[in-house]
Amino acid sequence: MKEKQGPLEQAVSNDYKYGFVTDIDTDTIAKGLNEDVIRLISHKKNEPEWMLEWRLKAYAYWLKMVEPDWANVKYPIIDYQDIIYYAAPKPKKQLNSLDEVDPELLSTFEKLGISLSEQKRLTGVAVDVVMDSVSIATSFKEQLAEIGVIFCSISEAIQLHPELVRKHLGSVVPMTDNYFAALNSAVFTDGSFCYIPKGVRCPMELSTYFRINTENAGQFERTLIVAEDESYVSYLEGCTAPMRDENQLHAAVVELIAMEKAEIKYSTVQNWYPGDKEGKGGIYNFVTKRGICKGDHSKISWTQVETGSAITWKYPSVILKGDYSIGEFYSVAFTNNHQQADTGTKMMHLGKNTRSRIVAKGISAGHSQNSYRGLVRASKQAINARNYSQCDSLLLGDKCGAHTFPYIEVKNKTAIVEHEATTSKIGEDQLFYCRQRGIDPEAAVALIVNGFAKEVMNQLPMEFAIEAQKLLTISMEGSVG
Amino acid sequence: MLSIKNIHANVEGKEILKGINLEIKAGEVHAIMGPNGSGKSTLASVLAGREQYEVTAGEVSFLDKDLLELSPEDRAREGLFLAFQYPVEIPGVSTTNFIKAAVNEKRKYHGLEPLDSVSFLKIMKEKMKLVEIDQSLLSRSINEGFSGGEKKRNEIFQMAMLEPKLAILDETDSGLDIDALRIVANGINKLHSPERAVLVITHYQRLLDYIQPDYVHVLYNGRIVKSGTKELALELEEKGYDFITEGVDLNA
Amino acid sequence: MIDLTYLNDRFEHLQQASADDGIAVIRKNSFDSFNKTGLPTYRTEDWKYTSISNLFDESFAQAGHTITLADLDALRMPGHHKANELVFVNGRFDATLSNILSTDDELTVLSLKDAAKGEYKDLVARYLNKSSEYMKDGVHALNGAFIEEGVFVYIHKGKTPQHPLYIYHILDGRDHPVMAQPRGLIYVAENSRLQLTETYATLGVSDSFCNGVLEVVVDQNAYVEYYKIQNDKSNASQVSTTHITQIGRSYVHTVTVTLNGGVVRNNMNLVLDAAGNETHLYGLYLLKGKTHADNHTMIDNKQPNCFSNQLYKGIADDFSTAVFNGKIMVQPDAQKTNSFQSNKNILLSDNATINTKPQLEIFADDVKCSHGCTVGQLDEEALFYLRARGIPKDKAEVLLLQAYAADVLAHIKPMAIRAYVEKLIYEHLSIV
Repeated sequence: MKEKQGPLEQAVSNDYKYGFVTDIDTDTIAKGLNEDVIRLISHKKNEPEWMLEWRLKAYAYWLKMVEPDWANVKYPIIDYQDIIYYAAPKPKKQLNSLDEVDPELLSTFEKLGISLSEQKRLTGVAVDVVMDSVSIATSFKEQLAEIGVIFCSISEAIQLHPELVRKHLGSVVPMTDNYFAALNSAVFTDGSFCYIPKGVRCPMELSTYFRINTENAGQFERTLIVAEDESYVSYLEGCTAPMRDENQLHAAVVELIAMEKAEIKYSTVQNWYPGDKEGKGGIYNFVTKRGICKGDHSKISWTQVETGSAITWKYPSVILKGDYSIGEFYSVAFTNNHQQADTGTKMMHLGKNTRSRIVAKGISAGHSQNSYRGLVRASKQAINARNYSQCDSLLLGDKCGAHTFPYIEVKNKTAIVEHEATTSKIGEDQLFYCRQRGIDPEAAVALIVNGFAKEVMNQLPMEFAIEAQKLLTISMEGSVG
Repeated sequence: MLSIKNIHANVEGKEILKGINLEIKAGEVHAIMGPNGSGKSTLASVLAGREQYEVTAGEVSFLDKDLLELSPEDRAREGLFLAFQYPVEIPGVSTTNFIKAAVNEKRKYHGLEPLDSVSFLKIMKEKMKLVEIDQSLLSRSINEGFSGGEKKRNEIFQMAMLEPKLAILDETDSGLDIDALRIVANGINKLHSPERAVLVITHYQRLLDYIQPDYVHVLYNGRIVKSGTKELALELEEKGYDFITEGVDLNA
Repeated sequence: MIDLTYLNDRFEHLQQASADDGIAVIRKNSFDSFNKTGLPTYRTEDWKYTSISNLFDESFAQAGHTITLADLDALRMPGHHKANELVFVNGRFDATLSNILSTDDELTVLSLKDAAKGEYKDLVARYLNKSSEYMKDGVHALNGAFIEEGVFVYIHKGKTPQHPLYIYHILDGRDHPVMAQPRGLIYVAENSRLQLTETYATLGVSDSFCNGVLEVVVDQNAYVEYYKIQNDKSNASQVSTTHITQIGRSYVHTVTVTLNGGVVRNNMNLVLDAAGNETHLYGLYLLKGKTHADNHTMIDNKQPNCFSNQLYKGIADDFSTAVFNGKIMVQPDAQKTNSFQSNKNILLSDNATINTKPQLEIFADDVKCSHGCTVGQLDEEALFYLRARGIPKDKAEVLLLQAYAADVLAHIKPMAIRAYVEKLIYEHLSIV
């Protein structure tokens, strides 16, 4: 193969724009993991006894578990003793309002496009920002509280709403679920908590922005969203990290609970540092995301745009327990250079007349490996279960790989499951056609990729759609409106 | 405007063009005719800069620039437009957005400000009338699910939007019914002006009923073996290509 | 856990008795690899939905009876008068029961041992057990460890034998459970043709288990049609591996029909190791009772410009389980690969299960691949239409199922075999 960069290679080579490090005083604990570290984390967070016990139980499970190796990703053995499990920007004093947040932090998030200062706040979006192990600030808290919506960091929720946390934490993703979920349950430091009371339609998008800053620190956030009967919430998450030569571990757990007629829409734009062009550095993103449609007629919809991380291991899933419940998964996963992504979903049909829809678009470039892994299961009771899955792969270049592993398990004769998948490349013909119209190859690739991903991008809330599109198209220089 | 001197070109190691010479001046309409496999579409591809085609000898100047040195997109921005014989489908990319990108890329190249949406739409409306193209077609993905006639009309519409100096129409008449042919030909005629030149590549004479060429060239086995006026096309229609190709020494 | 230590003694015994038969090294390597991997469990990705380890119980591993010609006659397929027939009894190639009509310059049949030493020894050395490069599990390794009386078939260059090849696997379960591990290697030389049908039958009422491996090597410009018909007893299980390597630009066409059996696992492997290969794989499974049928297909596209197409269709009724796993690999050099796969299933009972897993692994960019799979029901509208015309429901269902099966059956080219399969299907579906 020629090493000369073709128009495709040139078009997809870009630089990570969020790779800076914030120089801020950080409270970190020593590397390593043992019971004392967990006690220390719990102590630093001033947690009640039950929380500590829960963590220790998870840790005991984790010790007995083995790291999974079935995913289509390769990485060196992770030394779990070489990771810092707690790192927090040192607060100068107790914060009374957002305006008292360290200006260095504020400017960090300004650079990332997240404005926390009161006057510049995005209208219609409430933001919780988490740096390394702790939540720094949450906006619009009071306004939300007026209608009964709780939106705060999970640490705060443990203090202020222990009954809610205790009831739901681990109810969708048990601590024994998998290796990374067990690890997270033992050492999670912060994350967001949302509670939408019965009958409330949350008037604004709730959003969490995750940032890893400290070197050698792992990020283990935990998010819990509970939507009571007939409520609605749209939640967004974004993430970035500095560029470092060492790999950093991110093992999050997200749990969603939708009661009767409730709807949760969860969108992610994941842009953790992917490593450099040679594959050095980058985030290992091992995430367990699962929602349960507990009540009848409930709905959970996952939308994700995955462009970052050296390794992604992530399967946002829906347990369709309530009758007539609906699960959706829309995903665009873009991998470049030496990135590896093994991502997809699980749709577990348990209730009657449950429906699910999967649209997964994988785009591979450079030397990357991009896998879709999905499971659709219609259990014996899942009368009239319906699933439609569409998964398409687009290859840009001849050194990358695209893989599809859909599992379909049907035990009910009234279920209908359909799966379609295609793999193709950006045609030289398509590229030439665009160039003949005066569009340079870079913009042409961006156009074609965006067209390919459109069905998923359309699912994103407006504010995110623009950011996501920018991420995907890399540097279209505003040539396309 | 366009000056082709002794062009030789290979595809996958096989020589297809064996020394083409052609001069096109502003305002002229040229037609290149020839049997299948004579190299007509290769010539169009070479001029547009398709990378699979290797030019082994000869030179081409376009508006006093060395055309072969330019990338395909720069050729387009300089004002060379190729209406494709087989326009490709690009799923998910709306035709309107695509054309807007193309128009603004060209403006940028010439140091002009990009068009805002209002003026772009205004121009689009005008040109739509010109080629009798429907708005609904333009909001769909480029060429996706278009009929043959719709694809060709879309090509002519893009040509209208991009206002090229030289339009190369590669078998634009193929696969068109008589109405579509008339619409396409009208579109071409309306765009024709003293500043612009048109190169029509066709197998059949019927498009030339609608577009009056100033010159007709017959391409055979990689060379122009005969040039003449419109009457040559009629003669070809009547007698077939054999009357030209007989007696042409293939090895010369 | 089943005790598998008896295998050690048997292996040692076989190695001593056949120390210099030319295959001892393959047996040794296979047994080593078996000891390393053991039998697959549900945690083994390729065996996630199918469990066979209990079939390796020592009670199966006893010698069977001899089979008479009269036994064979009862099992023969239509067209056998004009066919070359190879017979395996309890996994051992039986030359006396076999009957070769073609002349030796068209088609040569030898025992694997003889082939490994004589004129064809280079071919045997080069191609026997190439399948182990793909089949890393203990089941396949065990077959290799116990290669004893296998068969070698050579179709000569430029020949089209007038007589198709039929292979019968007969297992004698008249007195006690029986296990068989047949092995074969077929070389289809340049510019020749082969039409092959393989079938299985267990005698008596005891359980049987057949763990067979057939390797087929297809050279330049050769043409192969392969039919596998599985309609054995409900307590007859098998793992049937067909490993086809297309070493020259060639054409391969296979149809696998699974009707009755215990646990039936088919591995249909196609290695497309020459540019421009063309391959068509078809499968049909119509499952009732407690039959568990697992079809694994694997197409490894190693060279450019290959075309493959797969259509597997099936029905699961009663307590049956149908598994389909279709893997398509496209290696970096295999540009311009076109590979299509479709798996369609109908679930007729709430106690039946369908698991399907298509799998694309693509490392080249200029490819067109697609796969699709569906799980659904019989067309209610069509059923109602037939009933409205006075056809009783069960008959109407059989009619619709036959129609459903038809687009796979249409790919069985020899009329005698197709008619035979249609008859088997009709009987199979009509018995309630």
